[in-house]
Amino acid sequence: MGSYRGVQDRTFAGLATLSAGTVILLVVGIFVALLAGSGPSIREFGARFLFAQEWNPVSQQFGALSSIYGTLLSTGIAMVIAVPLSLIIALFLVELAHPAVSRVVGGAIELLAAIPSIIYGMWGLFVLAPVMARYVQPFIGKWAGDLPLFTGPPIGIGMLTAGIILALMILPFITSVTRDVFNMVPDVVKESAYGLGATTWEVTRQVTVRHGIMGIVGACFLGLGRAIGETMAVTFVIGNTHRISPSLFAAGNSIASTLANEFTEAAENLYLSSLIELGLVLFLITFLIQLAARIWLQRTRRKLGVTR
Amino acid sequence: MKRLLLNIFFAIALTASLATPSFAARITIIGAGASFPFPVYAQWANKYGKVQGVRINYQSIGSGGGIRQIKAKTVDFGASDAPLKPADLDEAGLIQFPMIVGGVVPVVNIRGLEPGALRLTPELLAEIFLGKITIWNDPAIVGLNPGIKLTDQPIIVVHRSDGSGTTWIFTNYLDKVSSEWHKQVGTAKAVNWPTGVGGKGNEGVAAYVTQVPGAIGYVEYAYALQNRLNHVQLKNKAGRFVSPSSTTFQTAAAKADWKSSVGYYVVLTDQPGENSWPITGASFILLQRNMPDTERARKMLAFFDWSYRHGKDIAERLDYIPIPDSLVDMIEKTWSETLRSQGGVVWP
Repeated sequence: MGSYRGVQDRTFAGLATLSAGTVILLVVGIFVALLAGSGPSIREFGARFLFAQEWNPVSQQFGALSSIYGTLLSTGIAMVIAVPLSLIIALFLVELAHPAVSRVVGGAIELLAAIPSIIYGMWGLFVLAPVMARYVQPFIGKWAGDLPLFTGPPIGIGMLTAGIILALMILPFITSVTRDVFNMVPDVVKESAYGLGATTWEVTRQVTVRHGIMGIVGACFLGLGRAIGETMAVTFVIGNTHRISPSLFAAGNSIASTLANEFTEAAENLYLSSLIELGLVLFLITFLIQLAARIWLQRTRRKLGVTR
Repeated sequence: MKRLLLNIFFAIALTASLATPSFAARITIIGAGASFPFPVYAQWANKYGKVQGVRINYQSIGSGGGIRQIKAKTVDFGASDAPLKPADLDEAGLIQFPMIVGGVVPVVNIRGLEPGALRLTPELLAEIFLGKITIWNDPAIVGLNPGIKLTDQPIIVVHRSDGSGTTWIFTNYLDKVSSEWHKQVGTAKAVNWPTGVGGKGNEGVAAYVTQVPGAIGYVEYAYALQNRLNHVQLKNKAGRFVSPSSTTFQTAAAKADWKSSVGYYVVLTDQPGENSWPITGASFILLQRNMPDTERARKMLAFFDWSYRHGKDIAERLDYIPIPDSLVDMIEKTWSETLRSQGGVVWP
């Protein structure tokens, strides 16, 4: 019996190691495949690929700058909108709302998370874009049209609309994780703060948020990760042009949307290889963000003296 | 990242499924390529399957994919909207021939404009797409359209964001009529657009043009009809303003000099003829000159022959232009002369 159990344990341990190893193997495999596929483009353009704006399939000149810029900008807009909104919603659900309301709204948020991205894209194109073109952009243009950020004709599609769609898509993720984090703050701690005479606002700011900061940051990075690689919804509304424009009303593109658009018809080797290198760049950006998140989390942990 | 992985996965799955031999009892002919002729190929395949019991499986993965697949011999035939150069055909051991003709139509969204009323010259069209003319009441446009009320609405150019045969035909036309376009942009399935926004697919361009006031885009004729988009009249090579219709596409196709073109390398844009629509294009089929399986090869050619001769009404119903019989005879003669399988003639 004893030796049988030993075999059982060892088999399980072996299987578990193998399964975990598959993940590493997969990540490394994908990286190597992307790197190998990018070969011709890396040899041809070198570092210029990252800093050139021109993307011209006719003259076979490929530069990733507009795609990188678009990826970062649309994700940035999404985070600026989604993070504060999510935090407020989560706090409302945990601290202020009646439990019944909280359950209903919470359920709705989880439903939002389950909507496929293509639906967000279609909704963005057929519903949000006309609203942006007719009301939102003319309104912003009227009050802030002198800023280069808000120039150009209000056509409804472009960076701003893409950012808003992305914000709506990541909102449920950040909200539901943050809500769970806030729920985990022990009542005893909160009650003691109230007992000391703190107001709701003070408790929220100095106890709940402080206690859950790690989780909040984690939730934000989860949303960021989703936004940065989002493809279909962005392709529908971003306007798909390889140009960098200071205006948020202008059309642009992202790495993922460029891949979705151009992969099927790229017949030339260098063209295909440049697209794969774009994929590699996205892979590296995601990796760097993960790394930065780790480092930042560790520093915050030390600063706040959180032991968890 | 997730999406890319998914795409790679699907690409592998697709290649694997294409390479898998079909069931022995029933031959399935596999083709892949251009999306522009997909509706008509699908209808032909469906009808032919019912009549002859041969299954044709056509995957509209794009012309680029079609060319790659036929070169790699993973499909029985490839399809492309842009013809390959004769030298490329020789290098890869392929032949090509036109299968169907269609037209590309500039469409506009101007409030209060009668359908098909706006007139444009090739030069104006090129300047609009180059971003040189940016408002609708530019003197050049107004001068050409004295009866139409145009305002200082900005012109929003809408182009395809994905690589496409439609773009190839359209840019090929602009390339021919404007030296500036030739210098700055050129002809390709995807180009470096000087201005405008990009929509994915014909339906994406149609959606943008419908929604954005002041927009001008280009779509394949069937999409312009289905979405009731407002097309323009274009001045053709003979100097006459023509509207897109099956008659004007047909005239353009008939004027082409197929006979003296090696490898059927004919581009139908900017053809002569009083009644020719200037942005007309053919879609091509690509075959390996040397086919391993005689039986399969014969079945496939029989399908093309049937489509040419009995598929005309299907094509016309979908607003495509069938290939004229004289050209079909010529193409089939080419099959007899160039296609070989196991050392023998395949057709007839």
